[in-house]
Amino acid sequence: MYAYDEIDRTLVNERVSEFRDQVKRRLSGELTEDEFKILRLQNGVYLQLHAYMFRVAIPYGTLATNQLRALAHVARKYDRGYGHFTTRQNIQFNWIKLAELPDALEDLAKVGIHAMQTSGNNMRNVTSDQWAGVAPGEIEDPRIWSELIRQHTTLHPEFSFLPRKFKIAITASDHDRAAIKIHDIGLKLIKDEKGETGFEVLVGGGLGRTPFIGKTIKHFVHGRDILSYIEAILRVYNQYGRRDNIYKARIKILVHELGIEKFSREVEEEWQQIRNSSLQIDDEVIEDIRSRFTYPAYEKLPHMPDELRQAAADADFEAWRKNSVAPHKVQGYSIVTISLKPIGKPPGDATAEQMDALADLADKYSFGEIRVGHEQNLALPHVAKRDLPALWKALDKLGLATPNVNLITDIIACPGLDYCSLANARSIPIAQELTRRFANHELANLIGRLHINISGCINACGHHHVGHIGILGVEKNGEEVYQITIGGRADEGAALGNLIGPGVKFDEVADVIEDVVEAYLALRERPEELFIDTVKRLGVEPFKERVYATR
Amino acid sequence: MPLVNGGKIVDDSFVKLAVDTPLPESGDILVPAERFLSDAEALLKRAGKVGVIWPNNRDIAELVPYLGKVAAVALVFPSFRDGRAYSQARLLRERYNYRGELRATGQVLRDQFVFMLRAGFDSFEVKKQADAEAFMQTAKRYSVFYQPTGDGRITALHRRMQLRHSEGVGT
Repeated sequence: MYAYDEIDRTLVNERVSEFRDQVKRRLSGELTEDEFKILRLQNGVYLQLHAYMFRVAIPYGTLATNQLRALAHVARKYDRGYGHFTTRQNIQFNWIKLAELPDALEDLAKVGIHAMQTSGNNMRNVTSDQWAGVAPGEIEDPRIWSELIRQHTTLHPEFSFLPRKFKIAITASDHDRAAIKIHDIGLKLIKDEKGETGFEVLVGGGLGRTPFIGKTIKHFVHGRDILSYIEAILRVYNQYGRRDNIYKARIKILVHELGIEKFSREVEEEWQQIRNSSLQIDDEVIEDIRSRFTYPAYEKLPHMPDELRQAAADADFEAWRKNSVAPHKVQGYSIVTISLKPIGKPPGDATAEQMDALADLADKYSFGEIRVGHEQNLALPHVAKRDLPALWKALDKLGLATPNVNLITDIIACPGLDYCSLANARSIPIAQELTRRFANHELANLIGRLHINISGCINACGHHHVGHIGILGVEKNGEEVYQITIGGRADEGAALGNLIGPGVKFDEVADVIEDVVEAYLALRERPEELFIDTVKRLGVEPFKERVYATR
Repeated sequence: MPLVNGGKIVDDSFVKLAVDTPLPESGDILVPAERFLSDAEALLKRAGKVGVIWPNNRDIAELVPYLGKVAAVALVFPSFRDGRAYSQARLLRERYNYRGELRATGQVLRDQFVFMLRAGFDSFEVKKQADAEAFMQTAKRYSVFYQPTGDGRITALHRRMQLRHSEGVGT
């Protein structure tokens, strides 16, 4: 856990008081809606179809239990009793009143939570691996660097009015759980031959209307230079990024139009001017940030405790354990993923009661820590294996033990036309129907790892391009039509999916997905060949034939 | 439009010239970049201060040969969501060591004052009277800064280091 010090707390409080003044000026008419729009967006406030939507940052996906309780409190007091976890380690509240927002922010500020820059054309919440600090084989905890960058990008005097939004993600594992290749800047923490910490820097990834996989701009930037290097990228982008067309304003378009070689030369030139400046980080600064992350005092525990051996007789427990429990770097402990994808419910939602109860469970079983992942699930990062059976029982009572992590019903979806003013089509009802079709755990397990991503418009908040199966809702002649892609992925092998054919109607989507899955089951070489690997081996054609033969 | 300079609302001694306005005999003038560059020597010779209005899509490096001679540089925020002039301001102050008046023009609201001060602006053509009057109060809104810039304000990282060391001495 990172604990805010007095300095961090002061800044958050100053921000809240500034926003209170801005809301007051808006309500009195001193600020026009056009002027206020930018200011509210910088504090995570959107105007949606039915109400204001409030997006709160969970930097690098780490939450303390008092913070989760504060989120539950906001859901209960200012909203309709639930919150929605997003694909970028944020939580959204959908029914907030403008006049109450400053109070909600103040309540959150008390536990070191803010909504700064969760929307608007600035540097967004810095995201990272939800297993940071606990994943076996990790090079080092990427959250130290995430926090350094979070601070540096907060209220940046030069880069708060960029051409468009700007997202940074960091991973320190070979298996990329932070989707760094679809970010404006992706950072992969590595060590050089001398054992020094640095980053492979990727730039220009992003989805939306014109999707790109990020390209490596520099193979190694030393940790001490990372802020100046990021600053150089941003300075080039701030000056030359397009501002004439909102759809061409992301850095990916600039990188594409200039080409990565020219873009990297521009950055290099700028960087050489600023790298030996006060932006250089010395070890002491890193140590200071590291010292404010606390780590659990793990016990020495057996690899296979009796409690776990006994519980193995319970088939339901075993199904959950095999699905949702992952190895921890410390013997005797596990990482437990908590599915927020119950059958038939909107993906990523949690009620205030669930949040409170989960906070209690995290205090009891996970050293008071909760994580949030981009797949819209939560995790308890430090659960002793002996506690797994008791934890499972408690989660099951809360409706939080659906054993579908990484399976076909673990769907990532945007809010879609049910909430969002940008959407052209519904997302949530598609997800709900698909979870009902594949509700049978045996079937889902037989299919194996398969990520479905759904977006209700071209802006791609549901990351449909990088879903193993991607579903994009568009509007055609006043009707919702869904385009289906296969073969996308968001991990270290990131790739964009390919269309399997013409769009289909709302009512047909679930049937088509069933056909795609049946085709896969028939085509796979052996049960261990994952859907994504079968698509890679065979291409789109055999799936297309199967789906459209009878349509 | 009120001008804030040195933290106070002041009279603007500069007259803004368009590309084709006849040149006044005397007095301080702010000249568009293009006109300035095409006739810099003559403009700089006349009585009265000369400043230049620099658009936010033109490379600020072109102005470098004249930085010792101009009395003011006015950068432009065509809309307050267009942040290019923040980069130009920092380059002028931090890379090219420009020390004259650096003026923010265009859509300037109180909500940008802190960012602008940090980027090196010291003069502000403020759109609304109420915002100009609130300048001093708004400028003091923040006491914590995470990034080093040329304004010399101590950063949070630096302050923490000082705290660590002073604690270290005490124990």
